[in-house]
Amino acid sequence: MNNTEITQKSDNNYITKNHKYKVIIIGASTGGLKAIQPILSALPAEFALSVIVVMHRHKDTDSYLERSLDDSSKMHVKQADEKEEIKAGVVYVAPPNYHLLIEDDGTFSMSVEGEVNYARPSIDVVFESAAEVYGEGLVGVILTGANKDGSLGLKKIKEAGGLAIVQTPETSEAADMPRAAMAVARPDYVLPIEKIGPLLRKLESEG
Amino acid sequence: MDKTNESEKIEFDLILQAIYQKYGYDFRDYAKASIRRRLRYRLTQSNLKTISEMQHKLLNDKEFFDSLLLDLTINVTEMFRDPSFFKTIREVVIPEFKKQPFIKVWHAGCSSGEEIYSTAILLKENGMYESSLIYATDTNEVVLDKAKSGIFPIEKMKDFTVNYRKAGGLASFADYYTAKYDSAIMDNSLKKNIVFSNHNLVTDGVFGEMDMIMCRNVLIYFNRELQDRVFRLFMDSLRPGGFLCLGSKETIRFSSYSDNFENVAEKEKIYRRVGVPLKNLKI
Repeated sequence: MNNTEITQKSDNNYITKNHKYKVIIIGASTGGLKAIQPILSALPAEFALSVIVVMHRHKDTDSYLERSLDDSSKMHVKQADEKEEIKAGVVYVAPPNYHLLIEDDGTFSMSVEGEVNYARPSIDVVFESAAEVYGEGLVGVILTGANKDGSLGLKKIKEAGGLAIVQTPETSEAADMPRAAMAVARPDYVLPIEKIGPLLRKLESEG
Repeated sequence: MDKTNESEKIEFDLILQAIYQKYGYDFRDYAKASIRRRLRYRLTQSNLKTISEMQHKLLNDKEFFDSLLLDLTINVTEMFRDPSFFKTIREVVIPEFKKQPFIKVWHAGCSSGEEIYSTAILLKENGMYESSLIYATDTNEVVLDKAKSGIFPIEKMKDFTVNYRKAGGLASFADYYTAKYDSAIMDNSLKKNIVFSNHNLVTDGVFGEMDMIMCRNVLIYFNRELQDRVFRLFMDSLRPGGFLCLGSKETIRFSSYSDNFENVAEKEKIYRRVGVPLKNLKI
């Protein structure tokens, strides 16, 4: 992996407009925390893209997920807020018990409409709304999970010109979600966890 | 952004304009992502092919519009949703109310009524229901009728009971309803001091001198300008010292009226209208 290019970046380069990809959305369910941590730890503090993490979790959960991800990440990790502007170099975590959506002006909005794929937040909902806003500037990642959420959304990302990455089912704690995504969305990459972080770093430098 | 995408967005905006002109429901200042999602959902559920076909249909078919209206206004809620919020109401707000002879509460955007009955139960358990009046308003007649009936699916009662206990409830939750076939019918004693009425936060005016306004997970659907207008409406509807309760992801912090409210419980999104702010006093 060519890291020199990234370490040589000046402050002036730290503007998302120069990058082909602007936003990475990672969807995960069963076994997700352990899968997301090594990906985030591979990204530098000044990563030029925004990262959004959508993980299925219990509706009354506290901030354990945010804290665990923050501990394993050099980037700043926070729960997404309503109307918050999505910025480069930040990891946003979808709040429990809400669907997360992206508005045209690059801010978050939320909804408490019913569960989609038995989930709220649903990965499909975020993927679909983000694909509409970011088009080819969007990267969708599907990791371990025991359902089918995210597969239709990943297909939408592909149709809008974005990039689709799926964790190798054999290396996933629960293989259903990666399998469904592969069947529906024809991903660009199918990789084990340890190769996804380095790939995201490489995508950062694509102009 | 490609051209098709852009045209589609224009068509969605035109639909909202058409709904407003024909039926008076104003969704034009709603956050767009969720509205588009729901319009698209209705499109795939119907036999219509394009958004402009849908526009024609909704302008000429009131029944179709009514079903679309139900899609556009999200009506998913539960009793004692966010139990820690209701626990804080019980522990922090209710003791304040006990100092007063009479309490007026406004549930703005009450939907099918789950939260109204939650509040009614809290007031009752603290011996304050008889000296309270609860205004329950929504813009949608269908859900308002549901709220009025106080009838909920029996299978939801298990979750509601768990919420009730987590919210500090000590009685037997089953005492508040009668089970009949697949329904749970809320006790009439909880209903008698509730006034149900149609009110639209976007187009209607002030409710006077409220001691507490609950409006949870309604403002998330509005854009910032509309949120600000509604915050103004709430400010004008609250007595000084009155409480404003928002949903867990909503905040008044970034609005133009944040100085007129103080935090009571930041995490639970409970605010209190401060008295006349110093800067507005004419000396």
